[in-house]
Amino acid sequence: MVAELAEVIANDSVNAEYRHLVVGCSEEAANGVAGQFFQLLCPQPAGEQPFLRRPMSLYGTNLAKRQVEFLYKVTGAGTRGLNTLQSGDRLDIMGPLGAGFALDGGWRNIVAVGRGAGLATLAPLAQIARRNGTGVTAVFSARRPELVVSVDLFRGHGAEVIVVTDSESTSGPSNVERILRRLISEGRCDAFFTCGSSRLVRVQQRLAREFGLPGQVAMEQQMACGLGLCFCCVRDFNVQGEIVQRRVCWDGPVFDLMEALP
Amino acid sequence: MSTPTAVDLSVTVGGLRLRNPVMPASGTFAEGLDRVMDFNRLGAIVTKTITRELRTGNPLPRVVERPGSLINAIGIPSKGVAHFIEETLPYYAPYNTPLVVSISAPTAEGFAGLAAELSLPGVAAIEANISCPNIEEDGKAFAMRAETTEKVTRQLRDATKLPLWVKLTPNTGDMPEVARAAEAAGADAVVVANTILSMAIDLKTFKPCLGNIMGGLSGPAIKPIILRHVFQCARAIRIPVIGCGGIATSDDAVEYMLAGASAVQVGTATFVQPAAMTTIIEGLAAFCMHRDIARVAELSGGVVIEEADEPDLAWLNPPT
Repeated sequence: MVAELAEVIANDSVNAEYRHLVVGCSEEAANGVAGQFFQLLCPQPAGEQPFLRRPMSLYGTNLAKRQVEFLYKVTGAGTRGLNTLQSGDRLDIMGPLGAGFALDGGWRNIVAVGRGAGLATLAPLAQIARRNGTGVTAVFSARRPELVVSVDLFRGHGAEVIVVTDSESTSGPSNVERILRRLISEGRCDAFFTCGSSRLVRVQQRLAREFGLPGQVAMEQQMACGLGLCFCCVRDFNVQGEIVQRRVCWDGPVFDLMEALP
Repeated sequence: MSTPTAVDLSVTVGGLRLRNPVMPASGTFAEGLDRVMDFNRLGAIVTKTITRELRTGNPLPRVVERPGSLINAIGIPSKGVAHFIEETLPYYAPYNTPLVVSISAPTAEGFAGLAAELSLPGVAAIEANISCPNIEEDGKAFAMRAETTEKVTRQLRDATKLPLWVKLTPNTGDMPEVARAAEAAGADAVVVANTILSMAIDLKTFKPCLGNIMGGLSGPAIKPIILRHVFQCARAIRIPVIGCGGIATSDDAVEYMLAGASAVQVGTATFVQPAAMTTIIEGLAAFCMHRDIARVAELSGGVVIEEADEPDLAWLNPPT
């Protein structure tokens, strides 16, 4: 695996905050799985010089067309650089990197819980779950309804999507817990998959412990190399009662739900 | 006209014969890079710094970027000597590339003990990272002063028969003096240099950008500064100088060798382009072929300073 110059196919707004980037790439890159990420060498926006690559989780892949997709919000020098890309431009991408989500064939129904940019990370799960014949219920949290992404994508793959928002006062942990308890009691939660909210991770950990359910969480951390070399993206994990440091880029970014310290 | 295969890239550095002059800087290399390159193409492998004790490293954030540069304060997380001997050493055993083990300790005695313990089959050389704080000298790095450099290097020399490389810090007033002390105490080579002590502040929060407040600057921005240090140190000592500071391209490597380096270390560039080292090796061969240079070692110290135009360098090396 080495970095490659991918061709920008599309780079469009999906709502007031998020943009959708599609690039043509190698077969190896297009083989990325849900939860894995790429290191993007972002173009320099006017007046700024992003130096490091930017980690970006995979939003979608198309192996037949040899494409990978990313969903990003313009927040800093790197994403302002991505914002300048137009179709036909070249973008230096490196990946797929890290350990992604893994679906157990024995799980009939899974629940995906995400918030904010975490919804982009969970998105490719819908496709895999459908291929495996696994039922998906998604609980998506955002500040406002119009900022929720991935809903059509999940519904397109046959998933039920429950949207909770701050503006409608439905996104609090207690309401999400009520929703999750209902899904568990209806036999629709054999495992949790989550990304994007520490509060929601804690809710799921409580329920996972109470009902003996497995779970996986995609974690974020500032990265430099993305290859496990520099040890800048470490986090603490609880491994059987002992606190150990792991590299998010190398040992993750997907970790066992119960080992995460959100 | 030479062909690419006719270029001899091999160099001799501090007691070791290397197939080419390119190796990683300590702390920027790990097993993960085997996904990107064949380790048998490198001149040498340099491990992350090993300490006797387990170290978790510094509080986060550990890195912040600035134009053309990176400031890091990772804090040498180390799993200790036993883990190195049981896990890391066997991992690199199948490769026929010299393994240089970087070590650090808070005292001169600690350095010596570690060097003795790590003088094992499979270890080709010891690189002593004496840019770290010395607890016997109020936290000042050993390599900030000639006397402490000489003391720790002498103890290291007595502790190991392996080639001994000493990694110096640019955070000192007189690097040539420190380099001379390392040479006098028996070092086989010096690595010039480590990162430059620096700082960044977040304008939203008014807090330092790094959990450790200060960190080490690396990357292309520091290349002209470290190049100057290499030039000065190479003139001051007879043992080889290994250049390390902001090298990202083969042109950078050539510049360092012309300034007096016998070999180069590549660090931060690998974080941006993981294949940087092999790209530089290919570029060095191409450069030599293009310029009809048969051996890359001929570049070392090849900077042309014409007598008629010789600048007055006395102010760089004031008589002591």
